[in-house]
Amino acid sequence: MSEHQKETDAISGVETTGHDWDGIKELNNPAPRWWLLVLYASIIWAIGYWVVYPAWPTLSGEGVRGGTEGSFGWTQYEQLKESQGEIVARKAAYLTRFENASFADIQKDEGLYEFAQAGGAAAFKDNCATCHGTGGAGGNGYPNLNDDDWLWGGSVDAIYQTIRFGIRSGDDEARFSEMPAFGDMLSADEISAIASFVVQDGTDDGAGAQAFADNCAACHGDTGTGMHELGAPNLMDAIWFYGGTKADVMAQIRKPRHGVMPAWEHRLDANTIRELAIYVHALGGGE
Amino acid sequence: MDKPDYNDEIVKKFTIATIFWGVAGFAAGVFIALQMAFPELNIGEYLTFGRLRPLHTSAVIFAFGGNALFATSYFVVQRTCRTRLWGDGVANFTFWGYQAFIVMAAVGYLTGVTQGKEYAEPEWYADLWLTFVWVAYLIVFLMTMKNRREPHIYVANWFYLAFIVTVAVLHLGNNISIPVSLTSTKSYSVWAGVQSALIQWWYGHNAVGFFLTAGFLGIMYYFVPKRAGRPVYSYRLSILHFWSLIFIYIWAGPHHLHYTALPDWAQTLGMTFSIMLWMPSWGGMINGMMTLSGAWHKLRQDPVLRFMIISLAFYGMSTFEGPLMSIKTVNALSHYTDWTIGHVHSGALGWVAFISFGALYHLVPGLWKKEGLYSMKLVNTHLWVATIGIVLYIAAMWVSGIMQGLMWRSYDDMGFLTYSFVETVYAMHPFYLIRALGGLMFLSGALIMVYNIYKTICGDAVPSTQDVKEPVHA
Repeated sequence: MSEHQKETDAISGVETTGHDWDGIKELNNPAPRWWLLVLYASIIWAIGYWVVYPAWPTLSGEGVRGGTEGSFGWTQYEQLKESQGEIVARKAAYLTRFENASFADIQKDEGLYEFAQAGGAAAFKDNCATCHGTGGAGGNGYPNLNDDDWLWGGSVDAIYQTIRFGIRSGDDEARFSEMPAFGDMLSADEISAIASFVVQDGTDDGAGAQAFADNCAACHGDTGTGMHELGAPNLMDAIWFYGGTKADVMAQIRKPRHGVMPAWEHRLDANTIRELAIYVHALGGGE
Repeated sequence: MDKPDYNDEIVKKFTIATIFWGVAGFAAGVFIALQMAFPELNIGEYLTFGRLRPLHTSAVIFAFGGNALFATSYFVVQRTCRTRLWGDGVANFTFWGYQAFIVMAAVGYLTGVTQGKEYAEPEWYADLWLTFVWVAYLIVFLMTMKNRREPHIYVANWFYLAFIVTVAVLHLGNNISIPVSLTSTKSYSVWAGVQSALIQWWYGHNAVGFFLTAGFLGIMYYFVPKRAGRPVYSYRLSILHFWSLIFIYIWAGPHHLHYTALPDWAQTLGMTFSIMLWMPSWGGMINGMMTLSGAWHKLRQDPVLRFMIISLAFYGMSTFEGPLMSIKTVNALSHYTDWTIGHVHSGALGWVAFISFGALYHLVPGLWKKEGLYSMKLVNTHLWVATIGIVLYIAAMWVSGIMQGLMWRSYDDMGFLTYSFVETVYAMHPFYLIRALGGLMFLSGALIMVYNIYKTICGDAVPSTQDVKEPVHA
């Protein structure tokens, strides 16, 4: 072991520490002054911060959640309340009137209607868009809310009821109907004929119309235009729930699918459901 | 001065492992970046984002970074203590044992075996195995230092030792758990609730502090002065920033838990210690950069040195950004957004990977007894492709993260949220594409390095370093 000699670095003119490891030496420069000053400043700032904000645990476990309170009395819960306060105040300007107004009143009051639209749009994107699409256009098995074809009725009240209790949701008040599986009851020919009649592909010689009248008209109506009370779709328009080809329709006759929409009553507050009803009503052709 | 018979075989093994796991980890990163942009790429059970994400983070931190630390620490401790590495057999065990841990962890991730703790996902059996390996590592390192033939311990070794000791403490503290049975992969942590969260981020933040910062500062303190051929700028600064760094870092973890169930006082402590950490972190950057004073011209000639200096610049940037993001007001916007992802990648890609690339390029010719690297031009190509990749990556994440945070908190005049979650995701899509491109460039750079190092080791015509004329970059 040997101490090396201190030497002066030719380039910087600074003395080395005399250490040498595998050819690496160290200059005996002081730490930069600005570096030390900023370090001290950050320490002083931290100490100040500890005085005014909750900062250190108390040995006794007393204080706010076991720690010092700080002279500002700040807590994150207070901060949350304050920042929410502003948003709550914006809503409050409308909410009391909105709560006490009927759907008809709201639709006549420009301010309230705008409020309902804004609230409905926000709630729709977070809760409904997953199935019905961000624009409410739906998809196979998920109704399009932009058209004027309504399964369970398109008045604001009817939409409100659907949202609140759902469809086949298990809620006591839920809308409920089940189309029977005709695959067990009708022959393949009959099902084919009915499907031809329904999709109006021009091949039905009257047998389809007759079978429709015997088996389907009770729910879908004599003219096939559907029935809101039973959630029976209108079969005479060009709008299809589970596909509009003859094969799609035959599949649905044989073994129908029954979609489920959840009841939102226990997930969203009453005002949000009312806002949604107004928003959805306005999306397409509300009745 | 006599030179002992250094154990370079072990360094070679860890060097190869570093490169291998690096490419694997970067590739996994590019793939999951693409999964964010194109969710259809979540193929089957084993290749979903949820399983590949910890595979990526562990591969780059522990497999790439860990092997780089093993390789360089074993190389540096021998040179700076002027003695052969203690315990050939034990050192060899640390190599195979560590690779076994990596494989155990990776198989666990893909098959869904996880503790669910970020950066500490491996289950109890892998943790226990790693403990054995790590203790062996500590013994090898300490015994080598004990056998040193230099009067003083070099600063790089302080950092390496702080890294080894603290990671051991963190690993044990966060992973204490009780297995369901000795034949079950499942265990339950002894920590619960907010205590569990606090322990997790004490671990998580100090994994950044002692694995990715202290350990890699050890690399910096040997390879930068060595490569620049200059003395370390300030011995006193290295003492000051070493002790202040390790004392302050260990407190900063709670800044990961702002505005949560964690008591306010603990959040404040985490934040204020993060602010005080700014200068101690910068001490390493200053000491590294200033070491070049009198040798700045070497940057024009030596792309390997350029890797190291760019890494220090990224280190300085991300250790400024870190304290900034720990401030509650800033954190309220940045937390849970892509900004965090951008921040860790400026540290991981810019600092950790770049200083490692610099060290690898410096090590390989020496270890394999070659005159120089196969191509300095390719080193330079790697440097620029990777640097542009990093800039694309972090710029995309800044924009995306700040946009995301602002969209989340945006309310309309009537007090309703302006945007739904899915609208924020939709808005982020272009930035996911830019990020994936940045990652792809970074990976391409690494593949150029693999080719260059392969050609160097295989000994095809090796030009001397001096012969290569580097283009001058303004």
